[in-house]
Amino acid sequence: MNTLRASVQRLLDYPSAVLGMLVVLLLVFTAIYAMIKIPYSEAIRMWRGGEEVWYQNPKFAPPAWINLFARSKFSESFSVRTSDGTMEKVAEPADENTTTYTMTYNFDFQYDMYPQEMILYVTSEFKEKQPFISIEWLTPDERKIRIANSAIGQEFTYRFSQDEKLKTRLKSKDVIPVLFSLPEENKPLKGKYQLLVTGTTFEAGSNINVEFVFHGQVYGLAGTDHARRDLVVPLLWGAPVALAFGLIASLGTAILTLIISALGAWYGGWVDELIQRITEINLILPFLSILILIGTFYSRSIWVILGATIALSIFSGAIKSYRATFVQLKESMYIEAARAYGASSSRIVFLYLIPRMIPLLIPGLVLSVPSFVFLEAGLAVLGLGDPVLPTWGKMIDDANRNGALFRGYYYWILEPTVLLMITGLGFAMLGFALDRIFNPKLRGL
Amino acid sequence: MISSPTQFLQIQDLKLHFRALKGIVRAVDGVDFELATNRAVVILGESGCGKTSLSKALLRLLPRNVEKYEGKVYLQGSDVMAFDDEEFRHNVRWLGISLVPQAAMNSLNPVMKVGDQVAEPALIHLGLTKTEAMSLVQKMFQHVGVPRDFVDRYPFELSGGMRQRIALAMALVTSPSLIVLDEPTSALDLLTQANIMNVLKRIKRELGTSFILITHDIATSSELADEVAIMYAGQIVETGHAKDFFPAPLHPYSQMLMASVPRLRSDSDPMFITGQPPSLLNPPKGCRFAARCPFRMEKCSEEPPVIQKDHRKVKCWLYS
Repeated sequence: MNTLRASVQRLLDYPSAVLGMLVVLLLVFTAIYAMIKIPYSEAIRMWRGGEEVWYQNPKFAPPAWINLFARSKFSESFSVRTSDGTMEKVAEPADENTTTYTMTYNFDFQYDMYPQEMILYVTSEFKEKQPFISIEWLTPDERKIRIANSAIGQEFTYRFSQDEKLKTRLKSKDVIPVLFSLPEENKPLKGKYQLLVTGTTFEAGSNINVEFVFHGQVYGLAGTDHARRDLVVPLLWGAPVALAFGLIASLGTAILTLIISALGAWYGGWVDELIQRITEINLILPFLSILILIGTFYSRSIWVILGATIALSIFSGAIKSYRATFVQLKESMYIEAARAYGASSSRIVFLYLIPRMIPLLIPGLVLSVPSFVFLEAGLAVLGLGDPVLPTWGKMIDDANRNGALFRGYYYWILEPTVLLMITGLGFAMLGFALDRIFNPKLRGL
Repeated sequence: MISSPTQFLQIQDLKLHFRALKGIVRAVDGVDFELATNRAVVILGESGCGKTSLSKALLRLLPRNVEKYEGKVYLQGSDVMAFDDEEFRHNVRWLGISLVPQAAMNSLNPVMKVGDQVAEPALIHLGLTKTEAMSLVQKMFQHVGVPRDFVDRYPFELSGGMRQRIALAMALVTSPSLIVLDEPTSALDLLTQANIMNVLKRIKRELGTSFILITHDIATSSELADEVAIMYAGQIVETGHAKDFFPAPLHPYSQMLMASVPRLRSDSDPMFITGQPPSLLNPPKGCRFAARCPFRMEKCSEEPPVIQKDHRKVKCWLYS
């Protein structure tokens, strides 16, 4: 315990180690936050969800913060609805059957780019007589544009850009720019706009609710992908998945390799022989090809791939280098003394031999975490990513498949890549410092 | 030849042969001797005569290249050679016989505190809890003259003499009836040697332990020895009580060995034995000392008999 505390104390002497620890801690907290904020089942539902989950988001929208760097500002996406009060709704009964609902939304438009689309989702409750709505648009220069009038069913969706009647009336194929600019001018008009929806029901007990969805150019903290999904989900959930994969794979591999090579070196004979031959065979097996085969024919579940990764990494070259040290340790006087005083083989292997290797193990262990994280991402890019889990690798894969780079959606690839790089950097800085602490020969060279 | 095992320790025709590249090394080649309770026997012999191999054979600490390992060893009446490896580990090692290995001061685990190290045999064999074991360890430290608070030190923090005592404490911790000491005082200065020998004598007196002391340091060993066994080329050539042996050794090899010890206030040069001990790879037929023996006879090319003379035994044609 004291030794551990002393090691941590010495770790604090290295600025890189402190930085590395901060990064790793940050990742751990992100992972915990992600799992609390978006529970597993919810994350899967969101990630696997289609239009019905993500209709509010535009496709391929970069994150909103790119406006900080852009000279002409992109319009931000939002959605408002009367059901939760974000959109104003006033009910005005005309007689016992007829009620008029006035639903308005005012917003300040201060951007240099037109939005992509505006959609109105109307839901109504009635028995026989269909309600009626009319939609109007008020611009900052106080023009009032009639958009549409319609009798509606229980669900009614109105897409501004696809209404042929509106196109004819506004004499334009592209109605959104017309709604957002002065007549005869081709640049967005900044100012306060108002959407006015008037609905009338003709039965007692009827009701109307609307949801106004505004697809701007940019969305949220991380942007969206081809399926309108908020990329915050895979970015957040990528952290626990990457950490779990990296830590389990690196711990599992390192510990099993150490134990197996210690057992081989201690028992010698056919045990050692068998372990060495398995290692030699394993060294020439094509690791990636086998993973691709497993992914293609058996399962792409991250746990299966993790198991296969560990299984294929146990009998690695490290077995040989550990063995070299164990064979030397095994012949040392204190091990012979331990045999003499009747220590059992398991006691010698687990209490005397293996602990001698721990100082060598820890830096390597920390350093191998990012390589397994990268492996997971690499496998996803090869199309072997878990089909269910949102991960960083999966995000890069999606971006790659949808031509993110040549279509200019660089954010889509950069976000997970930067997180991967930070992860690698954090563990590397920590690992190198640990190496210097546990291997004093490396200090001050 | 085969007698009933009435003695505390009885070794009959113990053999330990190793396989080497050039052939078979007969390191221990038919050793017989007996030891009574609370007695100390010193096994003397020059380097390479098989003394350390004998200690390993007794504790069954065999390397991988063993060619032959046979004979009878009775400890307190039980035939320990018949035990399988697990029985041997549980019943003989450290409960029956414990060992202070050669260069014991270097046989401590460098990453373990010496207290924990000494407690290990007690934890393994006596089934004590950690706390009980540690209080036993402190008692043992007192026995061998190491301050109690040294339990928290690491081996590298201690001097050679201290480490030697710690190794001795480790051998004592399970109160075995027999302790094999393989060169316990080599590489120590004279004062420390004397100190350790005193500790051993006190232990023998207070705990009633028997000792097998393996050494080539004749002067120091005479302090502790009740009996002497002279080993030459893998065999015991002479045994006897120390008080009879030291004034008048019987076997020519013993005589020459004793003559090689430098004496105080004497003008005569210490003697040395011409020639080399025979290779254990291919020992000569008959008496193995014949080639270097000044009393060589024709008969010496035949295997010499073991001659009983009073309480002494000697393997030489001279006394037949």
